[in-house]
Amino acid sequence: MTERDRIVIVGGGHNGLACAAYLARAGREVVVLEAAAQVGGAAITREIAAGYRVSGCAHLSYLLDATIARELKLASHGLKWARTGLKTVALAPGGEHLVLDGGRLESGTLSDSDRSELAAWHARMMQFARVLGRQHNRRPPRLGGGGRDELLGAAKLGFDIRRMGREPMREFLRIAGINIYDVLEEKFESPLLKGALALDAVLGTNLGPRSNNSVLALLHRLSGAAQDGAGPSLPEGGMGAVSEAFAAAARAAGATIRTGSPVGRITLDGDRVSGVELEGGEKVSGGIVVSNADPARTLLRLLGTRHLETGFAHRVRHIRMKGMAAKLHLALDALPAFARLPVALAGERLAIAPDMTYLEHAFDHAKYGQCSPDPALEITMPSVHDKSLAPAGKHVLSAVVLYAPHDPRASGDGPRRELLERTLGILERYAPGLRRLVVASELLLPADLEREFRITGGHWHHGELALDQMLMLRPVPGAAQYAMPVNGLYLCGAGCHPGGGVMGSAGRNAARAVLATELSR
Amino acid sequence: MTKYDAIVIGAGHNGLTNAAYLARSGLKVLVVERNPWIGGAAVSREIEKGWMYSNCSYVCSLLRPELFRDLELARHGLQIVPYGGGVSITSQGDILGNYTDEQVQRREFARHSPRDADAYHRYSTDVMRQCKFIRPLLLRTPPDPTSMKPRDLRELLFLGRELNKFGEQFIYDTLCFYSMSIADFLGEYFESDLIKCHLSGSGIIGSAMGVYSPGTAYVLLHHYMGDVDGSIGAWGFARGGMGAVSNAIASAFKSFGGEIVTDAGVERVIVRGGRVTGVATANGREYHADIIVSNLDPRRTYTTIFDPKDLPPAIIEKARNWKIRGSSGKLNIALDGLPEFPALGRDNPLAYGDMHFLDSLEKMERAYDDWKNGTWSKEPYLDLLIPSMTDPTMAPPGKHFMSVFVQYVPPKIRGREWTDEDREGFKNTVLDQIARYSPNFKSLVRHVECRTPRELEAEVGLTEGNIFQGELTMDQLLFNRPFPGYAQYRGPLKGFYMCGSGTHPGGGVMAAPGANAAREILMDLKRPNLVPEGWRDD
Repeated sequence: MTERDRIVIVGGGHNGLACAAYLARAGREVVVLEAAAQVGGAAITREIAAGYRVSGCAHLSYLLDATIARELKLASHGLKWARTGLKTVALAPGGEHLVLDGGRLESGTLSDSDRSELAAWHARMMQFARVLGRQHNRRPPRLGGGGRDELLGAAKLGFDIRRMGREPMREFLRIAGINIYDVLEEKFESPLLKGALALDAVLGTNLGPRSNNSVLALLHRLSGAAQDGAGPSLPEGGMGAVSEAFAAAARAAGATIRTGSPVGRITLDGDRVSGVELEGGEKVSGGIVVSNADPARTLLRLLGTRHLETGFAHRVRHIRMKGMAAKLHLALDALPAFARLPVALAGERLAIAPDMTYLEHAFDHAKYGQCSPDPALEITMPSVHDKSLAPAGKHVLSAVVLYAPHDPRASGDGPRRELLERTLGILERYAPGLRRLVVASELLLPADLEREFRITGGHWHHGELALDQMLMLRPVPGAAQYAMPVNGLYLCGAGCHPGGGVMGSAGRNAARAVLATELSR
Repeated sequence: MTKYDAIVIGAGHNGLTNAAYLARSGLKVLVVERNPWIGGAAVSREIEKGWMYSNCSYVCSLLRPELFRDLELARHGLQIVPYGGGVSITSQGDILGNYTDEQVQRREFARHSPRDADAYHRYSTDVMRQCKFIRPLLLRTPPDPTSMKPRDLRELLFLGRELNKFGEQFIYDTLCFYSMSIADFLGEYFESDLIKCHLSGSGIIGSAMGVYSPGTAYVLLHHYMGDVDGSIGAWGFARGGMGAVSNAIASAFKSFGGEIVTDAGVERVIVRGGRVTGVATANGREYHADIIVSNLDPRRTYTTIFDPKDLPPAIIEKARNWKIRGSSGKLNIALDGLPEFPALGRDNPLAYGDMHFLDSLEKMERAYDDWKNGTWSKEPYLDLLIPSMTDPTMAPPGKHFMSVFVQYVPPKIRGREWTDEDREGFKNTVLDQIARYSPNFKSLVRHVECRTPRELEAEVGLTEGNIFQGELTMDQLLFNRPFPGYAQYRGPLKGFYMCGSGTHPGGGVMAAPGANAAREILMDLKRPNLVPEGWRDD
């Protein structure tokens, strides 16, 4: 094998690792270069205080693709679940709460109409999400160009929508492009229920409940569970364990993984990539470079705009990829008691978004570059299910905090301190006494996530998931098939179809694109 | 009691267009109208003696030229006078003007940003391409994507082919254009905040969305796809006010033998054996026909003029869920002279067009936040025009008529009904904003007709005061307008049809919904189609 046959993968996030595993299994020589000291990218586990470990960015597994887990034998590579199918507990300020298990109300008070609507709503959303889920492991088709394959791809997508049946298809075409606020207002009465359902639609996006595209964002979130039915789950050892399993699969297939090797530049030989140069100056050559980094970082920084056509560079520069979510980590001396919530439920997924207006107001501030004074929260305490994460009797709390815009006005120590203070204030209101239990705390703003995980804009999906940035439009229209307009360069991260969430599909699809192209060469 | 072939409920411009085509086909057609006057929201009335107000809609561009020509509206007295100019003025006194000369326009943009001056050409080309794609589709019935009928499949194929003609990149651009926010869309071209503000107004007019809301880019297209005498994107005044549009169509209708009764609001549509047979009106009369067409909005149609027992419950639920939130208000002002705008100086031709007072996208978005929170915008977006500068028939010599369209105004104030005090407060908010840019304005004000969504609903019958008879969002456009499965103008009962702006292609004084509905009715009656096909632009 010559150096030209080597495949260099930039970034050891879960998608880069998945891609490496598939390529190595196909008999290719693969080297993964990861900047950080450990693999995993935004799916890592790390210590925030002695003995306290948290999932550094992503904290729940919603979307891990069942096909990929099976093909790569992730279970035999050490992936175990501490808990699958977490329930959602919607908390109200007064201590009242609803416990939702999918479409079933487990406890709490809802009107009969809400109760039956909830079951129907959940079933419907799952049905729609399945259509999206079915696209995960497919290469998005090109529209209006290309040959029969492309037409067939587009037809498959159309067929998936059509075969739901007439009424569901009508409803899908009606609501897929609009906002969660209007849809939930049509169906439900309870503000608390609507708040919790809407939270799922806006988590991690640049959308308020009243922004169009939020229904689609919800369907994306559900699209994993719609496939295998697991729902939000906690891996044993935190999200880093998922990445470790991917890495083990890649290594077992023969891939080389080098950590502490930040790539500084993608090198070219004529019109074709020739490898990469590390920040330290070392060159790693390879005839194919697959980047797990986000599209902007890969194309504008590592490759450089001078190698791109102007219109293409313009499109890449305009990908909307500013993060809107902050991440809170707390080391706690004991399990906090949420008012009136049975202790047995403390380990579920706790939602603080008491109504949709609360969420919308939180979003209003973020539109103008400020952190929300009253943020909404998605809280998990994984140590309840996984004793390895905290010393005996102690706990960790991990929460997504909405909204924190990637904006100079909301970055740095001042805004970070203020948002931490605000968030702790809210937690204290819902769980009196919680503040006294805090041993250590950490709040990561999008700018911090950007720095730590090298994601341009700090958006955990490597780019907003909206109609104009999905499927054949992701990362940019005309280049959604993983191959970039420079010979030998591919993308394999969440910036490509099917987008963010720890699923591995982008890595798998990219590997297949590489193999298909290089075989035909 | 006379029996008619068809009855149209509501003499708005779409109802009249629909009636005109049915009558032209030889049917005996009656239009029943609740108000003592006709025109719906395309109306001119003399509220202050000597002044003619375009009370609701105030400018014309979307009216389909195919229909204008086919119904010979010029012969029936309609004249569209194009106007030039248009300017945005900032609170610092800077301006951004519209000029017809491309080079002058370029220099004006370059003054704010040389980069944007270059981008403007690219922007215009892209938007024009979208107009060219959509214009021929306006006079077509949307296909039902869930149907296997040959006609629907043929129409879907036609759409696919049309898209394909423009090429791969255009298809992607179209997908983006229909789903992006106007701020993001403009952000791909421009850097100057003022230029973005200036262009983004068209994306929010009449809509319950802010400039940052995904979905507003389409609304911009909706305001760009019209023309005046073939000049695409241009706007004009109907000479004598917007009522001239309705009057001309009514005149055409009457020339085909049609009949209009006013002061005859429909109380109930009579249904027998699953089909419509007539209407009962408030003046105690009944009129009979096998074809009933509603020009009212979908909510009003299915929740006020039917006995609920006569309708499938699913339709009533769809009508209740129909999104028709009002977001606009209107001030019609009689002026004793021409107000001065120091930022423009005297006799500036820019003053002939739409004037806006803008500073930043953020300020425009905050105006939307006020609406969301249930009050009128404290710093509203105004589309201000002085039609009498172009059309002297609107006001006595030396005097002027000013039309001020206001975005955003909620249908209810924090959940409760509007009061007269609220209306006064709203009026003063608008007058104060204008006065900040025109010191002599207030001294010239002689009479103000102030219309909030409350008045629009009470007088015109637009539910919640929504000017488009239903919001222009993806769930309510094309094959979803008014409801999925009912987008081909047929209602749930035999003989019942819809023809208002609540049907495809939606609001604006277009007359396309009325004509499209007529085509479907004539098809059902197995009569030759008289409705012209959409023209193609070259």
